[in-house]
Amino acid sequence: MHKKSFVWVFKAAAFLAVLLVTLFFLQRLLMPKYMSDIVEGALTAEYYEETTGHEVLFVGDCEVYENFSPITLYEEYGISSYIRGSAQQLAWQSYYMLEDTLRYEMPRVVVFNVLALKYDEPQSEAYNRMTIDGMEFSKTKLDAIKASMTDRENTLDYLLPILRYHSRWSDLSAEDLTYMFSKDKISHNGYYMRVDVRPAEGFPEPDILADYTLGSNAMGYLDKMRTLCEEKGIALVLVKSPSLFPHWYDEWDEQIAAYAAQYGLDYFNYEKLASEVGIDYNTDTYDAGLHMNLTGAEKLTSYFGRYLKENYELTDHRADPEYQSVYAEKIQFYDYMEAVQRKELSEYGEIVSY
Amino acid sequence: MLFTSYSFIGFITVVFLLYYLLPRKCQWPFLLAASYTFYFIASPSYLLFIGATTVSTYMTGRRLDALKETQDAYIKANKGSLSREEKKAYKASMKAKQWKWLLGCLLFNLGILAVLKYTNFVIANFNGLLRMFGSGGQISFVDLVLPMGISFYTFQTMGYIIDVYRGTCRAEKNLFRLALFVSFFPQLVQGPISRYSDLAKSLYERHDFDTRTVAYGLYRILWGYFKKAVIADRILTAVNAIIQNPDTYQGGFVFVGMMFYAFELYADFTGGIDITIGIAETMGITVTENFRRPYLSKNIKEYWNRWHITMGTWFTDYIFYPISVCKPMLNVSKVSRAKFGDFIGKRVPVYLSSFAVWFTTGIWHGASWNFIVWGLMNFVVIMISQECEPLYKKFHNRFHVKDKRWYGVFEILRTILLMSSLRMFDCYRDVPLTFRMFGNMFTHFRLSELHTEAFLELGLTGADYALLSVCLLLLFAVSLIEEKKGSVRDLIFAAPEIVRYAVFYVLVLSVIIFGAYGIGFDQSQFIYNQF
Amino acid sequence: MEALLKILTNLHPEVDFETSTDLVDGKIIDSFDIVSIISEINDEYDVVIPAEEIVPDNFNSAQALYELIVRLEDE
Repeated sequence: MHKKSFVWVFKAAAFLAVLLVTLFFLQRLLMPKYMSDIVEGALTAEYYEETTGHEVLFVGDCEVYENFSPITLYEEYGISSYIRGSAQQLAWQSYYMLEDTLRYEMPRVVVFNVLALKYDEPQSEAYNRMTIDGMEFSKTKLDAIKASMTDRENTLDYLLPILRYHSRWSDLSAEDLTYMFSKDKISHNGYYMRVDVRPAEGFPEPDILADYTLGSNAMGYLDKMRTLCEEKGIALVLVKSPSLFPHWYDEWDEQIAAYAAQYGLDYFNYEKLASEVGIDYNTDTYDAGLHMNLTGAEKLTSYFGRYLKENYELTDHRADPEYQSVYAEKIQFYDYMEAVQRKELSEYGEIVSY
Repeated sequence: MLFTSYSFIGFITVVFLLYYLLPRKCQWPFLLAASYTFYFIASPSYLLFIGATTVSTYMTGRRLDALKETQDAYIKANKGSLSREEKKAYKASMKAKQWKWLLGCLLFNLGILAVLKYTNFVIANFNGLLRMFGSGGQISFVDLVLPMGISFYTFQTMGYIIDVYRGTCRAEKNLFRLALFVSFFPQLVQGPISRYSDLAKSLYERHDFDTRTVAYGLYRILWGYFKKAVIADRILTAVNAIIQNPDTYQGGFVFVGMMFYAFELYADFTGGIDITIGIAETMGITVTENFRRPYLSKNIKEYWNRWHITMGTWFTDYIFYPISVCKPMLNVSKVSRAKFGDFIGKRVPVYLSSFAVWFTTGIWHGASWNFIVWGLMNFVVIMISQECEPLYKKFHNRFHVKDKRWYGVFEILRTILLMSSLRMFDCYRDVPLTFRMFGNMFTHFRLSELHTEAFLELGLTGADYALLSVCLLLLFAVSLIEEKKGSVRDLIFAAPEIVRYAVFYVLVLSVIIFGAYGIGFDQSQFIYNQF
Repeated sequence: MEALLKILTNLHPEVDFETSTDLVDGKIIDSFDIVSIISEINDEYDVVIPAEEIVPDNFNSAQALYELIVRLEDE
């Protein structure tokens, strides 16, 4: 009898193991790869491939990952930096992204772009997934999930993504097989490069809001970010990237300025400093005034880098042989992508591959 | 909790594990606790209603038993002295007492159901009348809770107490055991309506962990999830697109919607019952079958013997027979035979009680005219087919088609079409619209409208249709095998062990990958959820 | 017994009621038939078969049905 039940348990366990392994492979297959389309979805996961440390960490939404170029920071100032940003990364997600990064390294300066503070509640399931799916599993990830879920979402769907993406069985393509286990690099230390140019057009007059107070939930996470940085002895810098849309209201600006003043933080609104930075909205954005293209991002980075260099004790890594070899490769990839994009631009009038 | 929710799957997993980890004597009390927890999670207020029904039924049952004991003791004690007439009179007086108790209990429980489920329906109709007579006054609707599964457990307890009254089963002496019978959680969502004599034994028995029983149950559960998640919830998208836009989808698409709904309801309802029976089975508990491949029926009567069986037999045993063979009805029959002749007189009891059965069946399904008319339409169709039977017989004798295979197929298709068209009352907003759409199906039928793009606009992709076709074929094949050779599950378990594991493997993966659940698909409430 | 067989045969001339023992289980007679039978028995024997006695065991054969009638007459 005992022997029989032992055999049964063994068989059941073997069966379960085979089933779970299959599910693991299927999960890999079914998860979106974000390689040729909406590449922003691949940003989060790329961080874990890094071999060298970073002294400056950017967190935020598209206004960080499209507007600051860590490669430029390295080339011009020797500063090592990384952008942990993703599409519509909300304030709490930026907080957890910071917390997650601190599990691996201890930057000296954290730069947070404040645009996302306008959102006080979870917004979109798709953006949540693009931000969170790439995170490695940890309690931080769990907290990020809990803070981010919209009404229709479920924690289990994040822990076992196959439950979320199973219906992609009918959309599978060769790409899903190719990138099942390893993905191409698409960013430059978190920077998403675009070289095309689209001159600014008129934007509608901003709506008048009933209440200009920034939400308490979002501000709460800003506060958590500040305390965490204080605890760890990290300097926190607040920035608002230059852009013509979405509108960043003066009332919001004042609240952030007041907050920064209260806690002795630096806050730069580059919308107001655009001309000083040298941003020309007719040549420096790729989508008519929303996000910087490569020239815009390099201008902004160059300007911001000087501030970093002058105000914080940051190592010049250009002398470090390890960094030299790592960054040589990164720069090569950076230049290569720029060349490809420019070539495509001149051939097709648009960028096809990125 | 929906059957297809993660929380339900989590719940049954925990219940299953604890059920076998606990000492055997704690098994049924644990199930009671689990059932009440299940109800509590749904809404704490529900407990009040199911509790009231349980206690009132328990007390009445005990009372009925006590009266019977008194009667037996009295007759035994006065065996010699009582004349036959005296004995008869005494019995009759005792029966009258029992009848009062029974009636009280039935009225109380039916009253709860009626108030909660039908108050707003009555108000709506009353308001309609007020409007008709030009009165400005309107009664406002009341906000009432409708406890999950109330129609199921109310009917189940009514069946129980009638059985006790009839003496076909003994009253349960333990309140908690009865409470479990009433609240057994897998049944609460959508039935079946169990009889005490069928469920009781295995419900309270102690069950040892038996790999075969558990494996059998798991199979049943998985097959149920397959039907529900992969088939039903997928078609649902297209069904809703059609029936919620009657202005857009006319003619041929009314027919498409009708057939899609037939598949959807079948997969959803039988799948749900598979899950229920399977869960019970993993715990060694036998729940009565509710379906016997209804879509292979050759006529509507047969269909109703094979679809939602426990409901059908409930209505037959507790409404049809009591009404049709009670003394007043027999007298009515006699009088009408004398007055209108044999032909009509003989039909009176059957017609009257069938009418009662189908009216209640209709209203049991939902508080709306759609369901009442649906029930009555069933009545009409059944009666017509009953009256036509001699004609059919003549036809069959003359042409000898009865044993031809194609004729059998014709009969099956005819029954499916008939039942599906009646079910249109389930789909469309109100009765007039249903009739209009039924007519529209013929008057606006254009074959050219049923092209590929139009089908793709229903919310399903080509891949969905391909998958559905494969799954429906599989469903059909399984039904045929079960009809001809018996349980497919037995066949799988008779095959080499590896086959069992392989089928299991495929089923699990199919449900996970091909199930229409999660974001991108609306979680559909079970169609039979709130009945 | 003979009167009973006559009632039954009138209803279904094609069935041999003297030997059949699965009238209900074999789906030879349905609920409508049962109601007719009970109504005719009531005329013939002046016995009312109550609803609780309508179980397959009592209706599966003419013999069982006859025994039921006798028992009810006795009560």
